[in-house]
Amino acid sequence: MSVAVQDPSRPEPFVADVVSRRMSPRRRIGAGIALVVVGLLCALLLGLGSRAGYDARFDLANGGEYFTVPQIVVPARVSAFILGAVVVVLGCYQALRGFGRVGLRWAIGIAILAFLLTFLCWSTTGAPDQHIDMLGVLEQSLFLSIPLILGALAGLMCERSGVINVAIEGQMLAGAWAGALVGSVVSNLYIGVLGALVVGGLMGWLLAVFAIRYLVNQVVLGVVLNVLALGLTGFLYDALMQPDTATLNSPAVFQDVAVPVLSQIPVVGPLLFDQTVIVYLTYALIIAVDVALFRTRWGLRARAVGEHPRAADTVGINVLRVRYRNVILGGAVAGLAGANLTIGAIGGFSKNISSGMGFIALAAVIFGRWSPRGAVAAALLFGFASEMQNLLSSITTPVAIPSYFMAMLPYVATIFAVAGLVGRVRAPAADGEPYVKG
Amino acid sequence: MTDTASTPARTDSPPEPGLGERTIREILGSSNAAVTVLAFVAAMVVGGILIAIADPDTRTASSYFFSYPWDTFTDGFKAIGNGYWAMFQGAIFNPHTAAQGTLSGYLGPISETLTNATPLILGGLSVGLAFRAGLFNIGGQGQIIAGAVFAGYVGFAWHLPFIIHVIVAVIAGTIGGAIWGGLAGLLKAKTGAHEVITTIMLNYVALNALGYLLSVRGFQAPPYGQAISNSVDPNAMLWKLFGSSMRVNAGLFLALGAAVFMWWLLTRSTLGFKLRAVGANQFAARTAGIKVERGYIVVMLLAGGLAGLAGVTQILGTNGQITGDIDAGIGFDAITVALLGRAKAGPTVLAGLLFGALRAGGIQMQSNTGTPVDLVEVVQALIVLFIAAPGLVRAIFRLRGSGGGGEALAKGWNG
Repeated sequence: MSVAVQDPSRPEPFVADVVSRRMSPRRRIGAGIALVVVGLLCALLLGLGSRAGYDARFDLANGGEYFTVPQIVVPARVSAFILGAVVVVLGCYQALRGFGRVGLRWAIGIAILAFLLTFLCWSTTGAPDQHIDMLGVLEQSLFLSIPLILGALAGLMCERSGVINVAIEGQMLAGAWAGALVGSVVSNLYIGVLGALVVGGLMGWLLAVFAIRYLVNQVVLGVVLNVLALGLTGFLYDALMQPDTATLNSPAVFQDVAVPVLSQIPVVGPLLFDQTVIVYLTYALIIAVDVALFRTRWGLRARAVGEHPRAADTVGINVLRVRYRNVILGGAVAGLAGANLTIGAIGGFSKNISSGMGFIALAAVIFGRWSPRGAVAAALLFGFASEMQNLLSSITTPVAIPSYFMAMLPYVATIFAVAGLVGRVRAPAADGEPYVKG
Repeated sequence: MTDTASTPARTDSPPEPGLGERTIREILGSSNAAVTVLAFVAAMVVGGILIAIADPDTRTASSYFFSYPWDTFTDGFKAIGNGYWAMFQGAIFNPHTAAQGTLSGYLGPISETLTNATPLILGGLSVGLAFRAGLFNIGGQGQIIAGAVFAGYVGFAWHLPFIIHVIVAVIAGTIGGAIWGGLAGLLKAKTGAHEVITTIMLNYVALNALGYLLSVRGFQAPPYGQAISNSVDPNAMLWKLFGSSMRVNAGLFLALGAAVFMWWLLTRSTLGFKLRAVGANQFAARTAGIKVERGYIVVMLLAGGLAGLAGVTQILGTNGQITGDIDAGIGFDAITVALLGRAKAGPTVLAGLLFGALRAGGIQMQSNTGTPVDLVEVVQALIVLFIAAPGLVRAIFRLRGSGGGGEALAKGWNG
């Protein structure tokens, strides 16, 4: 397997050509049909389902920008038909001619976006004159996505180097606990973040030692480490923090810092550039991981170790050292994700505060095909899905949708992704396989 | 430590392990009874340290550690002693309640241990059975929920005569779990989707589906304010073994029966042999004419059914009403039970009893000494961690023996 195949987002032209031709007709047509189905869902179910003549209204301003974006008003039903038709056309083209792999990815992206927009239009038509504070929805989505993005990056760093990280949840929980504790004791949030990084890194180190030195099965290990983290943080919370909340569990919270100039750009400004330090750190990490993984020596080595450790060893890469480093770094990043839950959002720690977010992050890694951009996109999508739960409970939709179904979405989507209904996802070749020299 | 770990375990490994044994070796690494006992000891020692940390007196004493170091130790050991003594009282025998002379005074703690152990044994068997066929069933949580929902629904919505109602409800719960587990098996067989990923995702799908059901009229109990289901008919409840004052119920027999079934299946039946062959080496099994894909489906159906039974004992044995936390962490604890039980029927029963005792004791400990019950989770995780890494335990206790972990290496996502 050539290296370029693992990174189809940036292949050389020739390789891309070969790869795209290799897509089997069955898969090509399957993906096309899936797109057509999504398009028909948009047009027929959501389009006909929304009340005729109603307009969908979206607010996209909060007042602090250079100029105010006017409220966007579109006819709900017509927009649904148009968006649905676009997706159907994309699907037909895919089924008959086939986009390349890269093209298909864009087509899927457009289909998801079209579906979300149609869904939003449909949801406003339940009662007259409803409008959605779109900026608020996006801000909340981003807020909910940040821990998922960080967790996904953590998982990615481990798995790209060949160590399965099912323990993201535990690392997050430990980081959340440490962030709250240290931030509260020292009354300095930056040291709190540092504490979260260190404790998350320690959890990563545990994973690394047992997986790499003692060759424990990594899935079992991840599950056990999650139980350990849940038990330990719960125990220490009850035993230490709870009786003495004032000194041990009441850290301050990071406040939003508006970036001058940038934060006043309409829509984008308040959304992206009026955030906490942890969010800015997340932006930096996304770029750093993406660049590092594909453009630096570190990344090349990490990927080599994850795909074919023996070959990497043969050319002189210290496989175990690369894995240790990546897993510990990954743990630290997951710890940061945890810190975002406590000192980045609500302050104090409470039992099981991560409540399954580590597993959604794992889902994002898989759904995003073990690539940083894909994982971030998946995390954003999943964050948006959780925000939809809140939105749907605050507006009247034509048909009541229980928020539980929205909550299921990330998991169902991931099952579809691994089942290969829209292109099979493939893990790094040596992911989960311990390396023993000799 | 480094030396023992890096030495390949070839020289003094036991001769030619059997098929199933080899699979477990891949999952757990090689270890023996001594390592198991020592892992327990090591975990209890760490647990003891945590008890001492949680004890306010010990913490006060440690603040003047350098003036009177002895105080810290005496207070610490007193706390540890009290904690573990309370655990013993909660799990095995409590002289205070026994002094009342009633039956529940004598047998109450044992009843609690058995009650807690019942779903753990069933869950452990579920995970263990899947291990033997080379699959990880991380989906115990979802399967337990599915089992509890099916059994609970039959329990409160249908009205059948005595005895028949219980039987029908138990079967319904088993089917519910089997469907949920079988789904993961089907996905693996048909599309190659890794069962770890699908079972984890199905857990959360089940959790949200349960949340939805608990908000629906007909399922939710009136007056519809709380997320709790209708009560199961008394006819459908598993009967209590020691009278109504103690919680231990006929679910225990279900668990023991399931253990016997698993033992028979794996050691005496053709199907079990095929499943073990798939677990030992799927390629060899395929070459020998065994339908590997069908094996995946069958084993996940069976594993799901066993986990579903765990859900049955939760709803029909103890709770009587379905709540959002009907799973009570058993889905994940079952994995630790299966690992401690080395995926064999008999040892899994013992492991379930041990963890059931820890759970029962942990609750007593919390009420007696205020030490948080979460300690049990920590001890459980540590026991499994130490057992899974025999090299570490040998290094801690300076034992000789094969170092390292499993020499046969685990499979990854693509395996």
